[in-house]
Amino acid sequence: MKKRDWILFATVAIVLALPGISILGQSVSASSPAAVDVKIDNFSFLPPTITVKAGTRITWTNADDIPHNVVSNDQSFKSKVLDTDEKFTYTISKPGTYIYYCSIHPKMTGKIVVE
Amino acid sequence: MSQQKTSDVILYDHNRDGVDRRGFLKCMAWAGTGALCVLQGGVLKSYALDDSSGLHKAAKADFSFVQISDSHMGFNKAANPDVVATMKVAIDKIRALPVAPEFILHTGDITHLSKPSEFDTVDQLLKAAPAKDVFFVPGEHDVLEDNGQQYRDRYGKSTKGDGWYSFDKKGVHFVGLVNVMNLKAGGMGSLGHEQLEWLEDDVKHLSKSTPVVVFAHVPLWTIYPDWGWGTDDSAQALSYLKHFGSVTVLNGHIHQTMQKVEGNITFHTATSTAFPQPRPGEAPSPGPMKVPAEKLRSLLGVTDVNYMRKRHALAVIDSTLE
Repeated sequence: MKKRDWILFATVAIVLALPGISILGQSVSASSPAAVDVKIDNFSFLPPTITVKAGTRITWTNADDIPHNVVSNDQSFKSKVLDTDEKFTYTISKPGTYIYYCSIHPKMTGKIVVE
Repeated sequence: MSQQKTSDVILYDHNRDGVDRRGFLKCMAWAGTGALCVLQGGVLKSYALDDSSGLHKAAKADFSFVQISDSHMGFNKAANPDVVATMKVAIDKIRALPVAPEFILHTGDITHLSKPSEFDTVDQLLKAAPAKDVFFVPGEHDVLEDNGQQYRDRYGKSTKGDGWYSFDKKGVHFVGLVNVMNLKAGGMGSLGHEQLEWLEDDVKHLSKSTPVVVFAHVPLWTIYPDWGWGTDDSAQALSYLKHFGSVTVLNGHIHQTMQKVEGNITFHTATSTAFPQPRPGEAPSPGPMKVPAEKLRSLLGVTDVNYMRKRHALAVIDSTLE
């Protein structure tokens, strides 16, 4: 790879790595938390409620010996079934309150507040 | 139903209504107690498993079938790293019964992750069982990702809706229900309007003296709502069955035996062939219970159900894998 191509590649990569930048007209500074983790453990989403900025990457990790999934009540997002240690990442760009649950074990519910 | 069968039932029907409903009976038994419950004309009689007279009565059954449940093929975690081995032991247990069962009921969670290879393994293992037919209902683990299409392609070709159906064997009416589909956030098991309508219609034309056996994966009685151990609309289903003299409800899902007799309905849950789950509320979650390896098989098992036409009775006998 030539030097000029490399710079172009790196620039594109950096732009792609910054979620929502300029496209959504939002100012996401490099220091703001852009990722939040939710642990699935003991048939619960932990923490059960999270408050995030629009564009935050949310990653669920299943720590149980039983498969779970992550499904929003309005069906706007749905993970595949997550076996032990499998992850699901989703980014919500539209502010609002999202209720989700595990459609296999529907007693498991969680809430995302997107600001 | 033939005249012959009807007169058999009436012989023991002192109230001429197909059931003795004078008493309200409630019984709950935990795994490991070794109880054999015999329902005769609505009256519960129970025997310890070492009570030879009770077992002798069960041996005189008109026919018997075996319930197995929650084989969770594909599960490989610490609670049981070899679910193939324990299912083989369960099938050996069935082969060792003094009288071969007429058929086997599998009350769901056949597989752990709905993988084709997991279904294939169970089908292969069941070929060694001494029963001509195996009837299934799906558990939530059998309908992952595809709303149960694969399950129905394999086991539900002649079923209705999500896979519900009924059939008759020797005067007993069997109903297989599906309560693991279209689950709502915050809820428990669900039968749904369409299935409830079908059930009402399915049992409407039966003689009230017909013994009815209903089987489904998630319990049709509320055992522990916090863990989703119940079915939101089961009361409506049971209301269609309250006029029958003898109703037996067989479920799985909770990986332990529990029994309750309420009026004319006997509820029973079976153990798993794969791994035990904790008693309600006795652990942070209903996840697989890890027990010492030497204890595992004492918490897994199969359920033998014997029907005595002349006694108008179904006897439910749980036995562990050791």
